[in-house]
Amino acid sequence: MPSIGEIMESMEYGPSTEDAGAVRDWLAARGSFGHFIAGRFTKPGETFATRDPSTGVELAQISQGTERDVAKAVRAARRAARGWGAMAGHDRARFLYAIARTIQKRERFLSVLETLDNGKPIRESRDIDVPLVVRHFYHHAGWAEIAASEFPGHAPLGVCGQIIPWNFPLLMLAWKVAPALAAGNTVVLKPAEFTPLTALAFAEICAHVGLPAGVVNIVTGDGETGAALVAAPVDKIAFTGSTEVGRGIARALAGTGRKLTLELGGKSPFVVMADADLDAAVEGVVDSIWFNQGQVCCAGSRILVAESVAERFETLLRRRMEKLRVGPPLDKSTDIGAIVDPVQKDRILSILAEATGAGAELVGGAARQGCFIEPGYLKNIAPANPGIRQEIFGPIATLSTFRTPDEAVDLANNTVYGLAASVWSESATVATDLAGRVKAGVVWVNCANVFDASAPFGGVRDSGYGREGGREGMLDYLAAPAVDILRDPPPAAISPAPQGQAGDGEGIDRTVKLYIGGAQKRPDGGASYLAQDELIPIGSRKDIRNAVEAAQAGLGKWQGLGGHGRAQVLYFLAENLALRRSEFAGYASGDEVEAAIRRCFFYAGFADKFDGASIAAKPGHLTHVQHEPHGVMGVVAPNAAPLAALMALLIPAIAMGNAVVAVPSQDQPMAALTLAQVLACSDVPAGVVNIVTGPREDLGRALAGHDGVNAIWQVGQGETRLAIERAAAETLIPVWSPEPRDWTGPAAQGRGFLRAAVRTKTIWLPFGALPAGTGSAAY
Amino acid sequence: MPQERNPGTALRLDWFEGLRINTPASERRAASLPARRSLKKEWQAAWLLNAVRCIDLTTLSGDDTEDRVARLCAKARAPIEAGQLAALGVEGLTTGAVCVYPTMVAAAKRALVGSGVPVASVATGFPAGLMPLDLRLAEIRFALEQGADEIDIVITRAHVLRGNWPALYDELCAMREACGTALMKAILATGELKTLENVAKASHVAMQAGADFIKTSTGKEPVNATLPVSLTMLRTIRDYHDQTGFAVGFKPAGGLRTAKDALNWQILMREELGRDWLRPDLFRIGASSLLGDIERQISHHVTGRYAASHRLAAG
Repeated sequence: MPSIGEIMESMEYGPSTEDAGAVRDWLAARGSFGHFIAGRFTKPGETFATRDPSTGVELAQISQGTERDVAKAVRAARRAARGWGAMAGHDRARFLYAIARTIQKRERFLSVLETLDNGKPIRESRDIDVPLVVRHFYHHAGWAEIAASEFPGHAPLGVCGQIIPWNFPLLMLAWKVAPALAAGNTVVLKPAEFTPLTALAFAEICAHVGLPAGVVNIVTGDGETGAALVAAPVDKIAFTGSTEVGRGIARALAGTGRKLTLELGGKSPFVVMADADLDAAVEGVVDSIWFNQGQVCCAGSRILVAESVAERFETLLRRRMEKLRVGPPLDKSTDIGAIVDPVQKDRILSILAEATGAGAELVGGAARQGCFIEPGYLKNIAPANPGIRQEIFGPIATLSTFRTPDEAVDLANNTVYGLAASVWSESATVATDLAGRVKAGVVWVNCANVFDASAPFGGVRDSGYGREGGREGMLDYLAAPAVDILRDPPPAAISPAPQGQAGDGEGIDRTVKLYIGGAQKRPDGGASYLAQDELIPIGSRKDIRNAVEAAQAGLGKWQGLGGHGRAQVLYFLAENLALRRSEFAGYASGDEVEAAIRRCFFYAGFADKFDGASIAAKPGHLTHVQHEPHGVMGVVAPNAAPLAALMALLIPAIAMGNAVVAVPSQDQPMAALTLAQVLACSDVPAGVVNIVTGPREDLGRALAGHDGVNAIWQVGQGETRLAIERAAAETLIPVWSPEPRDWTGPAAQGRGFLRAAVRTKTIWLPFGALPAGTGSAAY
Repeated sequence: MPQERNPGTALRLDWFEGLRINTPASERRAASLPARRSLKKEWQAAWLLNAVRCIDLTTLSGDDTEDRVARLCAKARAPIEAGQLAALGVEGLTTGAVCVYPTMVAAAKRALVGSGVPVASVATGFPAGLMPLDLRLAEIRFALEQGADEIDIVITRAHVLRGNWPALYDELCAMREACGTALMKAILATGELKTLENVAKASHVAMQAGADFIKTSTGKEPVNATLPVSLTMLRTIRDYHDQTGFAVGFKPAGGLRTAKDALNWQILMREELGRDWLRPDLFRIGASSLLGDIERQISHHVTGRYAASHRLAAG
């Protein structure tokens, strides 16, 4: 050991190791873990080891959950669901509060356990993970208390299967379990096989606070255990993990009617404008990709910096990087701990090898003995380089430049993902504009990786769908008020060589065409089928493609109108529907036309009122949860009520600023084609509504198989629903399948439709003119 | 290793005009920094002793007397009890300097004869600095005549608040000239400049005018040294060093009271500027009560007990 005098010369930090004695005693006393089912631990079955990745030393033996274990856990959860769901919110709140308090009292133990199992620095588990876990349970104790009045008519879903990753084991558990329980669901949770220990410690806490048996069940195991849970009779699957596994789950759940939320991968942009505080932005990188060894799905991993400040930024970034300490996770001076497992380390290194092989230059990022990789970044990296396309999930950023704000946005959005983004500019004008333009579920302005239980978190595109946190997160664990389901008659078979009478020979022959981009278009296939005594175009994949392109082209103008502008168009549409009532004769009943007019009025009224919220997430932060239209929506209408049903779906979608490609009633398409004429004379801009007639299942599948479609509503049941949802599992397009109902009645409109027509973007903007202690409101 | 003294530059507005500081981000960095580094046992003791050798042990009160100053100087000569110092294997530890009013300089010099501890004097109408410039410069010369080795000057805050950089630069150049070979520490009174951008710009001007140290506070403002303000100043020192190659020192004053504060500020220095800025030629801490808390921690390290204040020699 150096003398004090020598340290006074070197001014090194020296070791500062957190005491892990209590955790090691706890592990030694248990040795090997079973599952936590129906309030007690089962006998360990076939087991595998979980290890401390920083040393490779085994920590405990963990049971590999079998199909039978999962079935047992789901049965226990099902048995508990009725009592838990019927319990007064106040009583559920007491349990959640007790969990929050107990975690708080055991914060040191849980931090150390997390660090041992995962390899993350103790500073992070102690200062970030565990405090956020506590915050989640407190926040959701509140939701449990007030849910009945805040979500009237809503009901718990029942049993939720939850599958979580290894990067924030206890925090992801909290994100899943807290809202599920607050909403009155019971859960079966499968922690990641690399990091099951804090979930098992959490199980003990559930038992300690007397949580009713079966409300929380924890089954450990690998991907096979997860697959068994996905296949089990649960009411919802909530998954956080890789995009590939997420796709598989969506495929498995297609057509089952079970709810699904997916929080998947990311390659989030980190945009540094020329007027940014560069030191702040560099520190943002530290909090992004050099946080948790870069194993962060929302990490700002693609740094995009304005050319005019790129050189200085890189100088500062590199200097800061060199100050980061890679070392033992339990050392309190460690910035970068161990990668979770050798498998992951190899994966990271192989992507880096691919990236450098393709011409990128790696600065830093050296592999060290054991599960350690030094922080680094890839520079001189082309937009097609695998290092900038793929999620590395290690402490390696990419660094590239842009010239102008529009180029920054283009590059930021040039990714299959859409989880988060970080934008750095001291201009509120510029920063808020960029925040609006980036495709992401969460945007941090002048900050990075800020989280709160009240702030919805989740992605778009290949980053998945659904939100966790706040009101949005609660709604994803609740069933909307039930409606009376009316069976929708399945459509008749379509033939391009129709039999039968097509007209009475009187008058001039009527030409019905597809309605695409504001114009009547002949179908690409040049074929028609007979319906309602007319020859109706048989639309195809190519017509869908053209319609999606037309919709994309129409979006800018439509969204630029704003809520008030769109409302005026919808009122005008209502006016013209009333004037042209007679044209619908024979195609839609008077009730249907009346309902169509009412939908226009209803959603015109809502167009400037279905607002997001500014939430009280953290002091000193303006946290804005914004409703954004999906973009291009596919709407596959029911077969019945050909005008009213179409309008019930179409109007809320466009009122919120979406452009729609609609597949109308297959058997009765004439109402929709007549509507097209009314749309054309009602100032609805070209491309906002497109109508493609034909076989709805094929067209629905074509919509679901088009990456340019951002959301789908479809009312088909059975095979149709299965086909569309299965196709959408590949593209990860969110599909909403509302139950068929009385489309002229009050159940055919409301906030539920609006909610499905938008997704939230959470924008964080820290404020504060003055530093602490000088009177700023921020502190 | 002694650094070459900062000669200053011409007034270069372009070095700081485009400067942007995001206050919440600075706060965040300042808040997380002490949590990112931990010092235990021998390392903690060593870092605390290093803090002691960087302290400008200060008395700046209306009721200062020569005897009071002499007592303070005795403490500066032997800030840590000799037996404890010996137990730690360290010899000859003194504070970085003693800091007093100009009229107390002579008494301090007498009390410190042979110790090697320099005497710093505040000057230029400390603490408000609102005296005619010729009187402020005359006060510097008076302090030097009395034997001061270092001069802690205050700036005219109005020049910063009005964005009058040439006026600030000119007065600082005049002060630097008056200081001659004595070190000049420029007190920015950051608690009255309020915004971090004001602090950063004033720092740049002070360094361009040839300040040897930039110092946060007089100790008389409502808010004295804070970590975010210090972070801001350190980054300007870094930028100035990048531009000119000259290393300017930093002196937080008035906000450091506990041993933990002393560690936090040293961690800040090390992380933002590097090891060189932990030596007394580039780092001073303006403090009066801080030493007592460090003594208690050192005593605990040596004896394993917490000492009551009556067991430690008064300052």
